[in-house]
Amino acid sequence: MGIESHLGDNILTTTLTTMVNWARKSSLWPMPFGLACCAIEMMAVVAPRHDLARFGAEVFRFSPRQSDLMIVAGTLTYKMASVARKIYEQMPEPKWVIAMGACAVSGGIFNTYSVVQGLEEVMPVDVYLPGCPPRPEALIHAIMEIQKKIQKESL
Amino acid sequence: MNIDSVVALVKSNFPEAVINYYDFRGELTFVIEKEQITTVAAFFKKNQELDCNYLSDLCGVDKIKTDGIFEVVYHLYSIQKKHRVRLKVPLPSDNPTISTVTTIWNTANWHERETYDMFGIQFQGHPDLRKILMPEDFEGHPLRKDYPIHGRQPATLRDIYRKDEE
Repeated sequence: MGIESHLGDNILTTTLTTMVNWARKSSLWPMPFGLACCAIEMMAVVAPRHDLARFGAEVFRFSPRQSDLMIVAGTLTYKMASVARKIYEQMPEPKWVIAMGACAVSGGIFNTYSVVQGLEEVMPVDVYLPGCPPRPEALIHAIMEIQKKIQKESL
Repeated sequence: MNIDSVVALVKSNFPEAVINYYDFRGELTFVIEKEQITTVAAFFKKNQELDCNYLSDLCGVDKIKTDGIFEVVYHLYSIQKKHRVRLKVPLPSDNPTISTVTTIWNTANWHERETYDMFGIQFQGHPDLRKILMPEDFEGHPLRKDYPIHGRQPATLRDIYRKDEE
């Protein structure tokens, strides 16, 4: 069947898009933007019990220039919003964003004078992860959703 | 020092400054006249028996709806003698000004800045009375009861950060 029959069992064929997307989704380098208690759950995700390394995304880079996945974990205040936006802009393309926790998703319980009512006021968000805070498994699920999204993208 | 002797000592030294005092479950509170706060506070720090060398907190209270006043509350602690006392100073709501206590406890500097930022209470003689928590361009004092609870400035950040997107 096609070219595979001539190449034998040792060579697989695919498209360039599939290949690049597979590489991207299998080595996500998260930029941790921990703002509140959600950050504790984010730290637990890379610890041995939940072990984000199984999904190739354990290399937390504290430099946005080396990252391609921003995890905004916690309550985003008005004073912090410009910092979050600047970090986002410093990340090279392609990049993805997870809004982790009720506060980052919608402001959560803090419908007050100082809290941004949802991260999407400041930057585009790929995955909304509710919970207060979400369990580490939930963050792993969110990262798997990002992986699914990456696999469908075109170059 | 027991509570009765503290009350006797303070009342005998400042018969006019003490408006009221009360003892709730062993916590002693004095209500102090606003003009006298610096002398009373200095007395609490320097008197050998009271020896309140640590200002553990200073904050404001908005009591406009109930009593028509602001209040500034000082929580004092003696590190050596391990006792606490609380001072409350009522301020008129139309002109909430009071003398600073930064000359007595240096730690009051940031506490008074926070109280100014949140309630708009002016501390006269403060070395650097600027906002400490809110953004520099923020207008108003958000912990006042008449400040709207959803009073975000601006109401949404979408127009600043997401304007150029489709």
